[in-house]
Amino acid sequence: MAVKDYIRERFLPHIWCPGCGHGTVMSGLIRAVEQLGINKNDMVMVSGIGCSARISGYLDFHTLHTIHGRALAFATGVKLSKPDLNCIVPMGDGDALAIGGNHFIHAARRNIDITAIVMNNRIYGMTGGQFSPLSGIGVNATTAPYLNIDNAFDVVKLAKAAGATFVARTTTYHAKQITDLIMQAITHKGFSVVEILSQCPTHFGRKNKEGSAVDMMKRYREITTPIGSKKKKENPDLIERGIFVQENNPEYCIEYDKIIKKAMKG
Amino acid sequence: MNKNTKFIQGNEACVEGALYAGLDFFAGYPITPSTEIAEHLAKRLPEKGGKFIQMEDEIASLCAIIGASLTGHKVMTATSGPGFSLMQEALSYAVMTEIPCVIVDVQRGGPSTGIPTHGSQGDVNQARWGTHGDHAIIALTASNHQDIFEVTVNAFNLAETYRTPVILLFDEITGHMREPLTIPEKGKLELVQRLRTSVKQGVDYHPYLPREDGRLPMSDFGDVHRYNVTGLVHDMWGFPSSEPKAAYELLRHLVDKIENRANKIAMFKEYHMEDAECVLISYGASARSSLHVVEDRRIRGERLGLIELQTLWPFPSDIIREKCADSKYVMVVEQNMGQILHEVKLSVDRPDRVFLANRIDGVFITPLDIMNILRLIQGKGV
Ligand code: SF4
Repeated sequence: MAVKDYIRERFLPHIWCPGCGHGTVMSGLIRAVEQLGINKNDMVMVSGIGCSARISGYLDFHTLHTIHGRALAFATGVKLSKPDLNCIVPMGDGDALAIGGNHFIHAARRNIDITAIVMNNRIYGMTGGQFSPLSGIGVNATTAPYLNIDNAFDVVKLAKAAGATFVARTTTYHAKQITDLIMQAITHKGFSVVEILSQCPTHFGRKNKEGSAVDMMKRYREITTPIGSKKKKENPDLIERGIFVQENNPEYCIEYDKIIKKAMKG
Repeated sequence: MNKNTKFIQGNEACVEGALYAGLDFFAGYPITPSTEIAEHLAKRLPEKGGKFIQMEDEIASLCAIIGASLTGHKVMTATSGPGFSLMQEALSYAVMTEIPCVIVDVQRGGPSTGIPTHGSQGDVNQARWGTHGDHAIIALTASNHQDIFEVTVNAFNLAETYRTPVILLFDEITGHMREPLTIPEKGKLELVQRLRTSVKQGVDYHPYLPREDGRLPMSDFGDVHRYNVTGLVHDMWGFPSSEPKAAYELLRHLVDKIENRANKIAMFKEYHMEDAECVLISYGASARSSLHVVEDRRIRGERLGLIELQTLWPFPSDIIREKCADSKYVMVVEQNMGQILHEVKLSVDRPDRVFLANRIDGVFITPLDIMNILRLIQGKGV
């Protein structure tokens, strides 16, 4: 199928600013689903609130655009009630880890077979540029006019500690890696997290003097490196890309089916 | 005892009613005094192939059941005041997206942590007005286990019929009290199943286009129709819209589908109303003491009657006005500071003749409490 077969034309034009990273994530996601050959009827996309969350509406899957921060809780209900469905949850950094932080760690702890995509632009875009729990110290935001003093979460470490069994990271500069990681995340049986650094030129870029969307993407090339590379040893400040965790642990829906068997025996 | 009769708590009667109605997905979070509902369902649901999940909080619980409803299941969650407060945003989402679901609030004393182990009826207005935005809601209650069972079945029926969340407002007193419940034979009570679309694959399906009778046929997630569900104002496809016409029509539809059918949705019981001079209006646990008073005074020749409300929202104003038209006094008996009193006053022709008998100290209102207030109203002194 062609990319356009996955898009709801009735929904366009999309709301994203020119140069926003979220479009790149969406194309990567479409390619992943296409290459895996998953029937669109078996795909459910659940999202919360924010620029990133709008992805769900644009795609021709079963789509559930919910409330801020709670997408994973809705997705848990969808998945557990019908485990045959593939469940993908695209989230922004504030959506996933500020208001949604509790649901994020608990979905990971349960190891329920959902693919969470954290589109990390380190800012609240839709509300106009406030700092998020992934902004980090020194970032300029409308609610941090004297520069941010809030520490940032490390999504990879957090997901790993909470029990996610597939954890990976890449950036919008590495478009092919987006597709590859999302494919592996969907195929993985268990809770998977893919963090994608995604530029918000309109708010983060402008306020933090990071230049155009192209400049911001080039920056992703410079500040990241494959996991365990020589460059990382030389420069520990580099952010690693790739798969950090890939484990086989009992998956929640499969375990619940065992409970049903046990209960039915009486 | 009949083999289908059990001596159980009110919370268990609710569980039995839900299972009878076809509940097959429950998500919840422990909270007094509703926890027994979750405990029993954790055991009972998997026995029939259904699913139970304990979520990380009440917000997640309501969100999870909304998700499960969309895949075609009959769903429920149960909580008490503080948890019900947390659910309000997701409740308005279920209203806006028209997702059938049942929310049980076993009321306890509030505000805040209040008196968790004591009964109250303080959440009546929260059920109506707790969430943001104009909307209509259905909320039901009951005073004994047989009725808790039937009202619970009816909650599922109404949720499916009107594609709406339905709130069951029980209370700690009936929830924890034990009395017999006889479970009706299968088929004895009517069950409304989900109305699914007959639109074929490849033909445009409109998830948000009401039929002439106001109902909206659904399609399960995973089935052939892929559509969008959003809490934004949306058109008949479920796509976001900021058109004034779309916003107006959607809001009118959400309110009218319930408010215009208030008389149809109204469930209530009447006792000795044929010639009542003094009408007691009560509901839930308070109706038990009210009935006691009415029957006691009738023996002495006093013309007292009782209307026991089972549908609290939409408030059955027309019915109350009509039933109270010939009464000298109306007395609302409830365990709060007059939440239904207010509605009754708005409904009747002589609001100055409407009085309140209540308790707000966590102690179950007794027939003597009601009698004392009645004597004051009648000018007889206590
Ligand atoms: S505000 Fe930022 S995140 Fe939102 S669409 Fe624009 S560029 Fe993208």
